[in-house]
Amino acid sequence: MKLVAQAISKSYGGVQALSEVDFTAYEGKVNVLVGENGAGKSTLMKILSGSEKPTSGAILLDDEEIELSGPRDAMARGIGIIHQELSLFPNLSIAENMFAGRELRRGRRFVDKGTQRRRAREVLTRLSQNLDPDTLVGDLPIGQQQLVEIGRALLEDVRVLIMDEPTSALSNNEVDVLFEVMADLRDHDVTVIYISHKLDEFRRIGDWVTVLRDGKLVAHESMAKTDTAWIVRQMVGRDPDSLYAHNSSTAGQTLLDVRHLTVPGPVRPLVDDVSLTVHAGEVVGVYGLMGAGRTELIECLMGMRSSTSGEVRIRDKAEPHATVQARMAAGLALVPEDRQRDGLVQTMSVRDNILLATIGRFTRAGLLRGATEQRTAAAKAGELSIKSPGLSALVTSLSGGNQQKVVLARALLTEPVVLLLDEPTRGIDVGAKSQIGALMAELAAQGFGVLFISSELAEVIAMADRVLVMARGRITAEYAAADVTEEALVAASASDRVLGMTDRTERQSAAPHDGRPGEGQEGMPMETENS
Amino acid sequence: MTDTVASPASTAAAPEPNPPRNRVLAQAALLLLRGRTLVVLVVLVIFFSAISSEYLTQSNLILMTKHVAINAILAIGVTFVILTGGIDLSVGSIAGLAGMVSGGLLFKGLHVPGGTVFFSVAVVILIGILVGALVGAVNGLVITRFKVAPFIATLGMLYVARGIAQLHSNGGTYPDLAGTPGRHNEGFHVIGVDSFLGIPVAVWIMIGVIVAAVVVTTKTPFGRRIFAVGGNERAAILAGIRVNRVKIAVYIISGACAALAGLLLTSELGAAYPDTATTYELNAIAAAVLGGTALSGGRGTIIGTVMGAFVIGFLSDGLVLVGVSTFWQSVVKGAVIVFAVITEQAQQRLQSGLSKRTA
Repeated sequence: MKLVAQAISKSYGGVQALSEVDFTAYEGKVNVLVGENGAGKSTLMKILSGSEKPTSGAILLDDEEIELSGPRDAMARGIGIIHQELSLFPNLSIAENMFAGRELRRGRRFVDKGTQRRRAREVLTRLSQNLDPDTLVGDLPIGQQQLVEIGRALLEDVRVLIMDEPTSALSNNEVDVLFEVMADLRDHDVTVIYISHKLDEFRRIGDWVTVLRDGKLVAHESMAKTDTAWIVRQMVGRDPDSLYAHNSSTAGQTLLDVRHLTVPGPVRPLVDDVSLTVHAGEVVGVYGLMGAGRTELIECLMGMRSSTSGEVRIRDKAEPHATVQARMAAGLALVPEDRQRDGLVQTMSVRDNILLATIGRFTRAGLLRGATEQRTAAAKAGELSIKSPGLSALVTSLSGGNQQKVVLARALLTEPVVLLLDEPTRGIDVGAKSQIGALMAELAAQGFGVLFISSELAEVIAMADRVLVMARGRITAEYAAADVTEEALVAASASDRVLGMTDRTERQSAAPHDGRPGEGQEGMPMETENS
Repeated sequence: MTDTVASPASTAAAPEPNPPRNRVLAQAALLLLRGRTLVVLVVLVIFFSAISSEYLTQSNLILMTKHVAINAILAIGVTFVILTGGIDLSVGSIAGLAGMVSGGLLFKGLHVPGGTVFFSVAVVILIGILVGALVGAVNGLVITRFKVAPFIATLGMLYVARGIAQLHSNGGTYPDLAGTPGRHNEGFHVIGVDSFLGIPVAVWIMIGVIVAAVVVTTKTPFGRRIFAVGGNERAAILAGIRVNRVKIAVYIISGACAALAGLLLTSELGAAYPDTATTYELNAIAAAVLGGTALSGGRGTIIGTVMGAFVIGFLSDGLVLVGVSTFWQSVVKGAVIVFAVITEQAQQRLQSGLSKRTA
């Protein structure tokens, strides 16, 4: 079945997530949809699978206009979706998960477990997984859980299958299996819509590629007529320098020196032998895909996760205690990725949130001095131009960008030497993004070292003096700002190779291999140990 | 991007969805809801004094306040725990245990090799409170080190502490706590029976506990950390707060408050029974919830809890005074508590509605 979206627009409150997007998914083809985070891919897929309604526009199934009342309606018409986040029940078995909500019946009341088990086993065999359908899903590694989710969609007689980044948790073998299944589906005239960030992967399987950027359609092309560089150009599009301030200060002494840090994980190390340095006045970006181990790296640096080996040196002193308090005292401060979950105390005022990490400093004879508190918080709020109805207003009454600045203000009050920022611009609007970017450059100019994580190519390229790329817990490439290209970053982020910090030949081989000849391979890894 | 709120400039330009009059009404309703525990208390006093002429007399008010004191002290301790997002079900048992330990020390002394030692009343009281603090510390350690849910850990302690209290006397009672001059341990009745300046000593002690608790929760870094741990534990960890220490500390405070309440009760009764203060934990938690302390943590005040304790106490005594059966008393008390939480929800909705419009 051919699925067509015509001039689809969707707005959430004041935010335009999609505007006038046309999208065509051809029958018996793998239709790839790419775009940066926030480009509107997932919103479009939610509309096509019935879980969201478009503000305007039409959906055509085999040239007939349809209106989807919900996911069940979409399913009934043969449109299935595999979500990016797993929606499985870890406490139920594989078979129970596959038939959750649509259990096979024996009689009217009873679940036909035998048939469910048999059909689950058939699907598992199709996915080359020799698993017992009675295994609890919670006992499976994450990659196999993803395959169970895929199996669940295959059980239905799907004519259109939407896959939202299904490979982010899969091993190479599992990806191969998935691609075989996709090829098989294609041969059976199923329309596959495939969202992915991994350029090398989707180029193997895709027939058509559609690029979204900032909620708009920017390109729709047969895969054969494109190359990696072209796709990345379409994805990034805008002139990054117009949006982000670039740090212009020169690097000084080494503030943070991480050596061979390893954080254990259930299957493979979450952080695998990572070494890096951050200097005074330097903005270092860490680029990578979801699950590459970036957040775990930063959490380990901040003492929130323990490492099995490695050393963290701050201002030339080893910091062995690895507690949040010790790392904070040594001069690290973290602005976390999920500020609602890890950053803000929602029940507290703006002022109390700003002062939270340093509250012990505002006392006389053990009692808090309200006036000093107020003055300090007001000064910091002014410095970062935090807009709020008042310092005693609840922090939740602020906009996303201002909430982020509250967390940043708290971090700065601890007087750090190195700031760790995990996705500092996620979920905030474009204006606030460029403000945060300017702040980072300003902090570097003041002599701070800044280490930030970003999934946005344009952002990491525009703001960082040096970019590290992580994949599978390892640092796979390192570029100076002058040498970095989008192709190089994308290729290295999907790479399994390791950037050896001591072995020269290995370091050279870590140069990206997927870009166009002559371009993207200029990004030679920098020397980092001799500064 | 759901958390993105428009800039203040654009909000100001947008038409105000509600006319100002509604806003004023909403503000007034909010004020009423915030002070609802006080409102309920005033209504109770007016209601009962209309029915019974004895209710609003000085002697009855003092008596009722004395009854309130014990529950208020228990409830203040429990409030510290609830503010961190925990719960302490063991306070009634701790009160009973502290009463038995103190009663035993006064009645039969401490057996040591070579004889029996008797302590002065001040030391006995101190030991009783330390026992409560110790039990609280065990609660805190079980919860933080072994990651046992506070509900389960303190439920277990509810049985364990009660059991130890019964073991202490093999189920019996220490009938005489008056002490003897030769042992220099007279005067235990002072805290539970005597008055100072016409007001029971127990009430003075309650006032002292209230002042201390208000200062700790609102004027110290430790107090701020309690609210942070209850408001968002992950954020508190990241802000460098030693969350486990804060948690252990609040269970110690709760245990010590419970022990103090147990001592007051034992002193008032003049004898130590192992079953003293059974189910008092529920009254304490009810007072905290009635006073606006959120069981999810991070929100609440000591004054609110004290108000809650007054409402429960004045309601019970009023019902007794007008001759309502104890069975109906339970029904009324339960209904009031649930109603309090319903109004709490209404307040939260109204509050967030108003702050959204001002943001």
